[in-house]
Amino acid sequence: MSRVAPIRAVNDFVVKFANVNGSGSASANLLFAKAILRMGVPVAPRNIFPSNIQGLPTWFEVRINEAGWRGRRGGVDLMVAMNPQTWDQDLKEIESGGYLFYDSTKPLPASKFRDDVNAVGMPLTEICNREYTDARQRQLFKNIIYVGALSALLEIEPEAIAELIGEQYKGKEALLKPNVQAMHMGRAYAENNLDWPLDIRVRRTNAVRDRIFIEGNSAAALGCVYGGATVAAWYPITPSSSMAEAFARHCKRFRTEPATGKARWASVQAEDELSSIGIVIGAAWNGARAFTCTSGPGVSLMQEFIGLAYFAEIPAVIFDVQRGSPSTGMPTRTQQADLLSCAYASHGDTKHVLIFPEDPKEAFEFAALSFDLADRLQTPVFVMMDLDIGMQDWLCDPLSWNDKRRLDRGKVMTYEQLEAGKEFGRYLDVEGDGIPYRTYPGTHPKRGSYFTRGTTKDRYARYSEDGATYVDNMQRLLRKFESAKQYLPEPVRRNAAGASRFGAIYFGSTSPVMDETLAALHAQGVHLDTLRVRAFPFHDSVMDFISEHEQMFVVEQNRDAQMRSLLINELVVEPAKLIPILHYDGTPITARFILREIGEKLAMFNVTPLRKVAP
Amino acid sequence: MTYLAKPRLHHPDLPKNKLGYTHRDYEGAVSTLCAGCGHDSISAAITQAFFELDVPPHRVAKLSGIGCSSKTPTYFLGNSHGFNSVHGRMPSVLTGANLANRDLIYLGVSGDGDSASIGLGQFAHALRRAVNMVYIVENNGVYGLTKGQFSATADKGSKSKRGAINNDQPIDLVMLALQLGASFVARSFSGDKTQLVPLVKAAVLHRGAAFIDVISPCVAFNNHAGSTKSYDFIREHNEAVNRLDFMPARSEIITDYAPGSVQEVVQHDGSVLRLRKLHDDYDPSDRIEAMDYLLQRHAAGEVVTGLLYLQPDATDLHAALNTVDAPLNALRESDLVPGSAALEKFNASLR
Repeated sequence: MSRVAPIRAVNDFVVKFANVNGSGSASANLLFAKAILRMGVPVAPRNIFPSNIQGLPTWFEVRINEAGWRGRRGGVDLMVAMNPQTWDQDLKEIESGGYLFYDSTKPLPASKFRDDVNAVGMPLTEICNREYTDARQRQLFKNIIYVGALSALLEIEPEAIAELIGEQYKGKEALLKPNVQAMHMGRAYAENNLDWPLDIRVRRTNAVRDRIFIEGNSAAALGCVYGGATVAAWYPITPSSSMAEAFARHCKRFRTEPATGKARWASVQAEDELSSIGIVIGAAWNGARAFTCTSGPGVSLMQEFIGLAYFAEIPAVIFDVQRGSPSTGMPTRTQQADLLSCAYASHGDTKHVLIFPEDPKEAFEFAALSFDLADRLQTPVFVMMDLDIGMQDWLCDPLSWNDKRRLDRGKVMTYEQLEAGKEFGRYLDVEGDGIPYRTYPGTHPKRGSYFTRGTTKDRYARYSEDGATYVDNMQRLLRKFESAKQYLPEPVRRNAAGASRFGAIYFGSTSPVMDETLAALHAQGVHLDTLRVRAFPFHDSVMDFISEHEQMFVVEQNRDAQMRSLLINELVVEPAKLIPILHYDGTPITARFILREIGEKLAMFNVTPLRKVAP
Repeated sequence: MTYLAKPRLHHPDLPKNKLGYTHRDYEGAVSTLCAGCGHDSISAAITQAFFELDVPPHRVAKLSGIGCSSKTPTYFLGNSHGFNSVHGRMPSVLTGANLANRDLIYLGVSGDGDSASIGLGQFAHALRRAVNMVYIVENNGVYGLTKGQFSATADKGSKSKRGAINNDQPIDLVMLALQLGASFVARSFSGDKTQLVPLVKAAVLHRGAAFIDVISPCVAFNNHAGSTKSYDFIREHNEAVNRLDFMPARSEIITDYAPGSVQEVVQHDGSVLRLRKLHDDYDPSDRIEAMDYLLQRHAAGEVVTGLLYLQPDATDLHAALNTVDAPLNALRESDLVPGSAALEKFNASLR
C-alpha cells in the first residue's frame, strides 16, 4: 500500500498507456478515450509514437478534464504499464499518490515498484493465454481486456464502450461479439479480484456538449474540399501523409460525380516534394485550386519552386505539418520550428504569407481560406500546422460553413473582358494594390496569352534584363505583400481583468495551453494581456499591442525564438522588449511550463502574484 | 539568328488551314538562339505541325524547363500560354497543368541537360504516369547556355570543342522512355524536317505519354569532328527504320506504296498512321523487340530514328485517376463545395 494518500479526483486526471508499437494498442486506447467522451466528459488524448512500425515503445496519454482544457497537463496519475522495455521510465513519471496498472502474470521484485504509488496488478497474459489459442488474438484482446478492467477501476460505463465497439464493427458480427466479450471479461475480473473503483473516477456529465472529436489533418483536408481544391500532390512524410489520405477519403464521399462515379478531384503521390510543388504550381497556373501537404524537410526541397511561384505570381497552397527539426530530427514529435524557413522560403528577396491555425476547427477554416488567399494574392500561402494539431484527436466546436460564401478566385480576366478589349498586362498594377490580373490558359484565341517565366519581365510579361524594370516589379511585389494584410485573419487579443504592463504573443497549437495558463494567472491575480497571432505578414494591431506594453513574452515551440525574430525583423521592435518563452523538446507545450517560465520572469520584474504560482 | 522584328503584314494569299489561320498564327517571337541552331529547325517543325493539324493555337499549353531548348517555346505558338519553369522540372508543372484542364494540348519542351541530368527523375515519373502530352527533348549532348560542358547524353569517347573526352556512359532517353512505359516513342533529327513534322503531328494526336528525342546539333559547342551529335555525324549514321508519311483519318490517302511496305496503325481518335517501313525487320508495336533492336544498332554505331514504339490503345493519367470528363478547373462551385448540410452530417459522425 502506498505510503502517501492516494490521489483523489473526479473528471480531472491523466492516464498514460505504455505499449509496444504495432501491438494493436492504439485502437483500444482510443476506444478508452472515446468512451469517456460518450459520458460527456472532455478528454485530450495524445498519441506519442515512435518512428517505427513494430517493436519500439509507444505511449498514449489521455487527459480527462471536465473543464475542457485541451493542452497536455504534464505528469501522470494512472500509468497503464504494458511495455516492460520502458517500465523504469514509466514508473518514474507517476505523480506521488498515483496508480500503476500492470500485468502481474510474472512476479516482479519489489524494486520495480514505488512505495508512493498504488500498484494494481492483473494477470493479463495468463488470462489471454487461457482464453485464446491464436497468438494474434492473445495480443489484440489483451488490449480490450485491460480497457474492460479500467472501466471498473475508473467507473467508465461499460455500455459506452460496448456502443463504440458496436459502431466500429457494424456489420462485422464476427469481430463485434468477441470484442465486447473481451471487454466484459476484463471488467468482470476487476470486479471480482481487484479493489475497485480507484479514487480517480469518471462521472457522467454534459461538458462535451455538441463538440466533435477530430484530427487536424482530417479537418484541414476537409477544408481543402470546401475551399474548392481539385488537385493535390504530395510525397509521404510524417506527420502530413494522413492529410493527403484524408483528402482522398473526403473526396470519395463528397466529390464523386453521382451519375458517373467519376472523380471531381485528382490526387497524385509524386516522386518527391519537388514534383509535388511543381504539380501544384502547374495546376494553379492552369486555373485549378491545388495544394500540397508536407513537413519541414519537404519545404526545404521545394525552395526553388517556391521562389518561382513568388516571382511569377502563381497561387500555391502548402500545408506544413511541422515536426521536430532540423534534418530528420524527431519526425514523430511536434514543434513550431519552420517559421523562418517558410516566411522567407527560397533564394533572393522573398516573403510569403503564413497562417497559423490553433486547432482542427481552425485548420478546417484556414484550409478553405488559404485557397481564396492564394488566388486573391497570386502567391504561395503556407498553412502552418504541427504534429500536435495534425495527428492528434482534438475536441473542437463543430465545423461550420456559410452556404452564402463564394470562392474568391481573385483577379482573373475572362474571355468576355478580353473580347471587349480590356487592357491585359500580366504584371500590370491596375488597382494600385500590387495585385495584377491573370488569364487562364486557353481563354481567348487572340488575346490574353502570356509567357510565364522565372526571369525578370516587364508589366506585360515580356522578358527583360533592365534594372529599372526589375526594381519596378520587386516594388510592386512589396505593395502586394502589404495588401495581403487586409485579407488575412486578424490577431485575437484578450485583455486581462486589470491593467497590465505585460503582454504575451503566441500562435498555433500553443493556443489551448495559453487559455489554461491565463485562467491560472487570473486565479493568482496576475494580469497579462495576450495576442494570438494568426497570420504573417503581421496585421498593424500586432505592433500596436507591442507598443502598448512594457514587456512582451513571445511563447513558441522552437529553440531559436523564430516568431520573435520575425517580429523584430518585420516590425523593427527593440529586441530587449521581447522575452522568449521557448519549449522545444518535441512534446507539446504545457500550461505548467508556461506558468513556471512566466512566473520566474515576472519575479525578475518584481511582480508579486497575489497567490503563489503553482509548481 | 536575327534581331530584326518580323513584319506584321504578310501576303494576303498565304495559305490558311481549316480554321482560317495562316502559318504566321502559329509562329512566335524571333529566336535569340545561334544561327544554324538545330533547335530553331525543331521550332519550325512544331509550327508547321500545329498549322497542319488545324489546332487553335490558344488551345495549346507549351511548357519548358531551363536551357537553350527551354527558351524555344517563345519562338513558336505565340498565341499559346507558355511556362518557362525551373531547370529539370517541366514534367511536374506540365503534369499539374494537365490535371487542371484535360482539354488543352500539352507540349513539353526540354533539353538533354534538363531531362537527362537534373530532371531525370521528373522525366521518368511523368512518362510512367502516362501524362497525356508531347514531350520533346532537343538533344545536343552539351550545355549550351553555360558554354559547352558535356551533358549526360554525350556518347562515351566523344570529344568536346575544347578537346576533352567524355568518360561517362551516355543516357539514352529513348531506351529509358521505352522501359518506363511511354506509349509513343520516337527519335528524329532536327535536320530532317520531313521525318520530324509527321512525328510531331502523330504525337499530338496520341493519347498518353508521347516522347520524341530530337538530335539537334549545337553549332556553337558541339558541331566539330569527334562529336557524335554534329550535323555531319548524324547525317552519316542516321538509320531511319520507318517514315511516317501521312496521318489523320479525314483526308484522302494519296501516297502509293509497294505492298507489304506500309503499316497502318489506328489511334484512339480514329486517325490512321501510315508507316513506310524502311527496315523489314522492325516492328514498332513490339516494345521488347524495339529495345533489343535499338541496343544492337547502337552497338553498331548507328543512330536509329523514326517511330520506334507505338501503343495505339494507350490511356492516360486521367483515365487512371477516373477524373470527370469536364476539366477540373471548370467545375462549378456547387460541384466542389459540399455545403453546410453535409458538414452537419460529418460533424454528427464525430461525436
